Amino acid sequence: MRFHRTSAIVLRQFYLMRGSAARVLPLFAWVAIDIVLWGFITRYLNAVSTAGLDFVPLLLGAVLLWDFFTRVMHGVSMAFLEDVWSRNFLNLFASPLTIGEYICGLVLTSVATSSAGLLMMLALASAVFGLSFFGYGLPIVPFLLVLFLFGIALGIFGSALVLRFGPASEWLVWPLPALLSPFAAVFYPVSTLPYWMRQVSRLLPPSYVFEGIRAILAGGDYRGGGLAWSLSLAAIYILLASLFFARIHRHAVRTGLLARYSAESVS
Amino acid sequence: MTSKVLSVSRLRRVFHGAVAVDDISFEVERDEIVGLLGPNGAGKTTTINMILGVLDPTSGTIRIEGFDIAANRASALEQTNFAAVYAPLPGNLTVTQNLRVFGRLYGVSNLTERMGELLDQFSLKDRRHVKSGVLSSGEQTRLSLVKALLNRPRLLLLDEPTASLDPATADDIRARIREFAAREGVGVLWTSHNMYEVADVCHRVLFLSHGKILLEGDPKALPREHGKETLEELFISVAREPLAFERS
Repeated sequence: MRFHRTSAIVLRQFYLMRGSAARVLPLFAWVAIDIVLWGFITRYLNAVSTAGLDFVPLLLGAVLLWDFFTRVMHGVSMAFLEDVWSRNFLNLFASPLTIGEYICGLVLTSVATSSAGLLMMLALASAVFGLSFFGYGLPIVPFLLVLFLFGIALGIFGSALVLRFGPASEWLVWPLPALLSPFAAVFYPVSTLPYWMRQVSRLLPPSYVFEGIRAILAGGDYRGGGLAWSLSLAAIYILLASLFFARIHRHAVRTGLLARYSAESVS
Repeated sequence: MTSKVLSVSRLRRVFHGAVAVDDISFEVERDEIVGLLGPNGAGKTTTINMILGVLDPTSGTIRIEGFDIAANRASALEQTNFAAVYAPLPGNLTVTQNLRVFGRLYGVSNLTERMGELLDQFSLKDRRHVKSGVLSSGEQTRLSLVKALLNRPRLLLLDEPTASLDPATADDIRARIREFAAREGVGVLWTSHNMYEVADVCHRVLFLSHGKILLEGDPKALPREHGKETLEELFISVAREPLAFERS
C-alpha cells in the first residue's frame, strides 16, 4: 500500500470539488432541507403530543444520523462515479494503483465530504431546533463510528455493482439506503417490525444505533452490548464489501469488461 | 541487467471461443521502438491491454523489466506508461491537475519540475490551466503523451499516438519520442496505421493478423524481402491475404 497513490485519488476529488459548486452544494443542500423539514415536524409534534416525549432528539436526531450514514455511503459512490463518468478506468487501472489503494482513496474522500455534511447538519439542528449531541452522552461517538463504517461498506458495495453492471446501473446506488431504512428502524423500535423484518434488522448495524439512541433518551439502562456487536458487524461488512469489489474487479479484468467498460459488454 | 524491457511469451486471449490473440511471443529491447501493425481487429489493442494489466491473458506470460505482470502488477506498471486515443485524461480537470494526479499515481519525484519540462517540450505550457476536455484533439493527444512520459517509463506503449495530429505536429512528436527513447534507453511499443510513420520511427515491426504475428523485421528492408515497394503495400497484402504470410 503506497500512500502517494491513495492521495492521488483524494487529490482528484479535491480538484473536482474545488472547481465545481454543483458538486459542493449537494453536500449541504439536501441535508439542510432534511433538517429544516424534520425540525419543523418535530416542533409540531412536540406541540401537539401529550405523551411528554421530546421529539427533537428522538426524530430529528435520528434523521440527522441517518442522513450522515447516507452521506458517507454516497461520498464513496460519488467519488467512484466520477471515474465512471469521465471514463477514467483505463488510465487508473493501467497505472500501478492497487484496488486497496483505490478504495482507501474513495473512503478518505468520503470522510471529508461526510464530515462537512455532518458539521452543517449539527450547526443547523442545534442553532435552529436546539438539538444537542450531548444529550446522547458518550455513546454518540461509537454510534457515529458504526454508521460511518456501515456507510463505507455500503458505498463500496454499490460501487462494485456499478463496476459489474456498467455505467447505466448507477441508479442502483442511490436508493440503497432507502431500501435499508425500514429494516434499520430509524424512527421506530425494532419490536414494531414483523418477525422476518426483525431478523433482517439484526444483521444491520444501524438498527443497533437507533435502538441505542431510543434507550438512552428513554432513560433506560444502556449497556452498549449491541454496540460492540454492531461495530463488529460493520467492520465485517467493510471487509466483505472490499472483497466483493476486488472480486468484481478481477472478473472485469478476466473477462475484458474493464478494458471496454463504456460498452457495458464484453461480447 | 537484461536488455529486454518487455518479454511476451506464448500470449493467447480468447473471447467467447473467438481467438483474439493467438500464441504470440515477442520482445522489446531498451532503446528500441517496435511497431505493432495490423488491420483493425488484428489483436493489437487486446495485446496492449494485456501488457497494461487491464485484461487477463487466457494463457502466456508478460514480463516488464523482469516483473511478471500477473504476479507483480504494481512493480511492472511502475516501469510502464501509455498513451492511447481511446483513453483521454479526465476532461473535467485542468492540464496541471491531471498531471499532478497521475504524477502521484506513478510516484514521480520532483513532479513540478518534471511537469514544467514536459509541458514546455510538448508546447502545452500556455494551456496548463485549461480544462483538458476543452483542449483541441491535437492538444489532448499531446497531453496524453506528457502523462505517458511523466514517470520516465522503461516501457512506453503508444496506441496510435499521432492519430489526431497534423503532419507537422506529428513529425515533431515522433522526433521527441525517438529522442526520449534513445536518451533514456526506453523500449517503445508503437501501433499505427500510418506506414510512413512506422517506417520512419520503428527499428522493427511485427505484423499481426487474426491474432498471430505473421511477419517481423526491419520496416525498411521488410517490403523488399516480400516483393513489395513500400510498407503500405506490404500492409495491404498482409491484411488481404494473411494466409500467404502465415509463419510455420
